Amino acid sequence: MDSALNTGDTAWMLMASALVLLMIPGLAFFYGGMVRVKSVLNMMMMIMGALFIVGILWVFFGYSMVFGASYGSSGLLGNVTEFFALEGLMVDDPEASVPAMIFVAFQAMFACLTVGLIAGAIADRTKFSAWLVFAALWATLVYFPVAHWVFNLDPETGGWIAKLGVIDFAGGTAVHINAGIAALALVILIGARLGWPRTPMKPHNLTLVMIGAALLWFGWFGFNAGSQVAADNTAAVVFLNTFVATCAAGIGWLITEKIRDGHATSLGAASGIVAGLVAITPACSSVSPIGAMVIGLAAGVLCALAVGLKYKLKYDDSLDVVGVHLVGGLVGTLLIGFLATEAAPAGVNGLFYGGGADQLGKQAIGAFAVLGYSLVLTFIIGALIKYTIGFRVSEDVEVSGVDLEEHAESAYELGDSGGGGVFAGIGHRSHGGEQ
Amino acid sequence: MKLITAIIKPFKLEDVKVALEGRGIHGMTVSEASGFGRQRGHTEVYRGAEYTVDLVPKVRVEVVVEDDAATGVVDAIVAAAQTGKIGDGKVWVVPVEEVVRVRTAERGPDAL
Repeated sequence: MDSALNTGDTAWMLMASALVLLMIPGLAFFYGGMVRVKSVLNMMMMIMGALFIVGILWVFFGYSMVFGASYGSSGLLGNVTEFFALEGLMVDDPEASVPAMIFVAFQAMFACLTVGLIAGAIADRTKFSAWLVFAALWATLVYFPVAHWVFNLDPETGGWIAKLGVIDFAGGTAVHINAGIAALALVILIGARLGWPRTPMKPHNLTLVMIGAALLWFGWFGFNAGSQVAADNTAAVVFLNTFVATCAAGIGWLITEKIRDGHATSLGAASGIVAGLVAITPACSSVSPIGAMVIGLAAGVLCALAVGLKYKLKYDDSLDVVGVHLVGGLVGTLLIGFLATEAAPAGVNGLFYGGGADQLGKQAIGAFAVLGYSLVLTFIIGALIKYTIGFRVSEDVEVSGVDLEEHAESAYELGDSGGGGVFAGIGHRSHGGEQ
Repeated sequence: MKLITAIIKPFKLEDVKVALEGRGIHGMTVSEASGFGRQRGHTEVYRGAEYTVDLVPKVRVEVVVEDDAATGVVDAIVAAAQTGKIGDGKVWVVPVEEVVRVRTAERGPDAL
């Protein structure tokens, strides 16, 4: 019996899926380093908690909602029961170049990561239980439908944004604009941290932030180049574009802050990396390396400027999810309309390459449809949680630290009073030690 | 006896230690400290947001000496710790009523 299975493609997708999974703890480090010392564990736990829950929802009905056939070919939502619990996907399909199950796994990581991205906006003040409930509801009601719109490429039963011809190779709309605007909605709903912005809330561990950025960049090659679902020429172009856009974004961010603040900072470098990766995500298959650099540079500059807006507009987006993911996602998604070139694998010309404004219009529709839907639904889900179980920890817990109260742990044993210094062991006897 | 406390710049600790040893001082207590005087703190910038950090890291050196040695030791510390720039620190002297060596229970100057 002939099989269409391509071992090269399959091997790459196994690897790419693991790379995307690595982005999730990478994100936990990136965010964890940026929060204060008393809530670093909670920050990481929010991301890991979302991973656990969304991963299971994905197997039960998430994959069906995204990659099932649209109800009535509407392009709005996949058939929830089509692949329920994935029972039907274990058989070897002789016509598939890559087994269905590895595509399921690859896309599972996207769902888990997207939900985790939101957590950075509401760091330092969120109840762990409320966050887990939010993660489950948001994945089900926002991510799964939107991912169906964008990622289900079936020409008949696929999503409406994909059918419209919007170019979003790996998730500028479904992942970054979606998570970024959700972050904004949540922050407006649950309010600023106590003392913000008067009290200094500076990052507690910038080397951890850099480790996180490194893992994100590494994993992002799986995210973008894996989205080709093949180890081919397109994947190679995507890989290079992902690399060089990120370099340009790092430069863009550093130049912006050097001019504005007088110093090029390591946090700026780490942030520029992520901004560039976000922006090139939708565009990596449709632009040339020059185009990728323009997108990266634009994202680095614009995101660096955008993170300052929260002080003017008075919303405490703790780790700049809005400034990096929403703005970066919009930059990448919209610039496709200008910079797409027929010479790239996607084969479409944008405004600057004589293709007219047609593609730009489509990109704008896709971007703002996702933005609007996510904004409204996130407000509803967030309000539901806020007025029932409550979204925030109490004020005294917020002051003393979420880590201790929610998880009964502290991240570091460095200081004298923490028990790690010369006073370690004091009080030991009262816990039944040697008399 | 006198207790001499010196708050100095951390990178000057080695010079001060050598200077004290040169004057026959064989024991001291060193601890990390933070604070500010006229130097005040410094400014840090994270993603464009400025934070003023008032407290500056310093090192506190404490030695107990006999009365007639105090002036010379203070001079030695000041000479060793001085850079001439703002933030060099402070040295002060207070009288000490009693000193006991824990190991032998010796008291007074014998315990130094």
